[in-house]
Amino acid sequence: MIAPGTAQGVLTGRERAATQVGLRLNLGQRAKQLLYDATGVAVAVVMLFPIYWMVVTAFKPGRDILSLTPKWIPAPFTLENFHDAITRPYFLDDVKNSLIVVGVMLVLGLTTAFLAAVGTARFGFKGRTAFLVMIIGVQMVPLNALIIPLYLMLDRAGQVDALPGVIAIYLAVVLPFMIWTLRGFVANIPVELEESAMIDGCSRVGSFFRITFPLVGPGLVATAIFGFIQAWNEYIVAYVLLSSPNNQTLTIWLASFTTNHGPQWGPLMAGATLTGVPVVAFFLVLQRYLAGGLTAGAVKG
Amino acid sequence: MGLAITAPDLESAPRRPGRFRTNLLPYALISPAVAVIAGILAFPLGMLVWLSLQHYGLRELIAHAGDWVGAGNYLAILADPVFHQVIVRSLLFTLACVALTVILSTLIALLLLKVRQAVRIIVMSALVFVWATPVIVTVDIWQWMFDYEFGVINYLLTSLRVGNFIHHNWFDNPIQGWSVFVVIVVWGAIPFVTITLFAGLLQVPSDVIDAAHVDGAGAWQRFWFVTAPMLKPIFLIVTCLSTIWDFGVFTQIYVMLNARPSADYYTIAIYAYRESFGVTQYGLGAAIAVVLVLVLVLVTFFYVRETVKVAEIA
Repeated sequence: MIAPGTAQGVLTGRERAATQVGLRLNLGQRAKQLLYDATGVAVAVVMLFPIYWMVVTAFKPGRDILSLTPKWIPAPFTLENFHDAITRPYFLDDVKNSLIVVGVMLVLGLTTAFLAAVGTARFGFKGRTAFLVMIIGVQMVPLNALIIPLYLMLDRAGQVDALPGVIAIYLAVVLPFMIWTLRGFVANIPVELEESAMIDGCSRVGSFFRITFPLVGPGLVATAIFGFIQAWNEYIVAYVLLSSPNNQTLTIWLASFTTNHGPQWGPLMAGATLTGVPVVAFFLVLQRYLAGGLTAGAVKG
Repeated sequence: MGLAITAPDLESAPRRPGRFRTNLLPYALISPAVAVIAGILAFPLGMLVWLSLQHYGLRELIAHAGDWVGAGNYLAILADPVFHQVIVRSLLFTLACVALTVILSTLIALLLLKVRQAVRIIVMSALVFVWATPVIVTVDIWQWMFDYEFGVINYLLTSLRVGNFIHHNWFDNPIQGWSVFVVIVVWGAIPFVTITLFAGLLQVPSDVIDAAHVDGAGAWQRFWFVTAPMLKPIFLIVTCLSTIWDFGVFTQIYVMLNARPSADYYTIAIYAYRESFGVTQYGLGAAIAVVLVLVLVLVTFFYVRETVKVAEIA
């Protein structure tokens, strides 16, 4: 997380130095600060502009989209593009498919990952380090390369163009990260808490469910949201495996806006906005959990 | 794959006394995970290598049996001039993307330390927004922005008098086209790398920096001799992850070019996909994919080794 104290410590130190040197330097300091702030705002504007442009285009009527001098704000404002997008064939089917894929994958993934997290965080056993190294290493296998054998495997099992195959692949892709994250959360709960519950008369299983499980709640939430984002955003696997329009997911549905005459920009931007909204919403919740675990212990003081 | 973040903290497991030590419970707990990873990642990886040693076309797909050709596919791609171009292009592209991503992200992360609180919140929110947006959505947006006829980029460049970009098609010239892809990939990678580096910067103790300041170190010296060495593990992680993502790039280019990229725009992943699913030469496609995996295994090996090393010291 952002630890404001750390950065402010630097600033106050510098400000103190500035007052000692004198007023002239202080003015220079101020100009410098203004320059930094302005650069910061410029960075934010450049980064955000594409997202802004998507939303603005989505709310513009067609003649303002196909105009040689672009309009910076959607001045005549319309919901036409969104209407066009959601009444397009297979929209509801594909929303449903995306939700099924993500939902089933999350239930299976969280269960499997939680068991493995407890196994590796609470027990020392032969092969534990090998398992953890495998967890790190396997995250690096490019899905783009595995898609060929996966396709042939599912083809043999008659599961091409069906959701179970896609769910299984997403499960395998997010599982290593889920285990790794949950393991951190479980390991952070002192064993002593469980042990004192056991001394107080709780069974081992009872202490686990009454003490460890509730404490690991935030970890489960963070992991679930991560899995949601990964599965919701995935493109290649769904693109290769799901061929019939009523079996596809939302990311593939977006391709249906491209006709022989090129993409229909208005509805496409509306559809893209609709696809992006759930993820952005979930992500805003997630990143509080992410930033902390990300680098904890990576830099030694 | 979106964000594979691993916190390097392989601390040793608590020693449990007596009866828990030798039981089978931990193995039972990890077995479902092992089964999934073995079945859906490890087995296909083996199958990929096996496929790359076969002639496996449409006929073999229907018969469910390939023709063994040994190193035939590898010899074929080694002799293939298109493959050579693809490799060189992919390496150059990865180098450009990773260098720009790490440099720009470091600058933004350092800037975030200097700006006032309100500006920092604005920049962080912008980064999080970009990070969260699905890649496929961002590609659609960039496609629209770089549209030759009504794209806002051509308009802006023309009205800023950079040149005449009216009806300029960025993808006619591969060098311009690849520059566009560098912009798209770097823009998409900056949020993750910046936020990771910034989180690391906050953990650098300020007294060390102040001490260097007192000792007369300039801003550049303070960064290069104090901050950067402390952030080395984080730089390593983001460089490795960026390399892996950029070298295996597929979606951005494939979707941007309306699923019909010309040979000038093949990356290794796209070439492997084309050979397999486009012209149904699964064996040849698999051999190309194996090359991709091998290059990434090298990078991964380096990364895992460093991660474990850091974890052992910590």
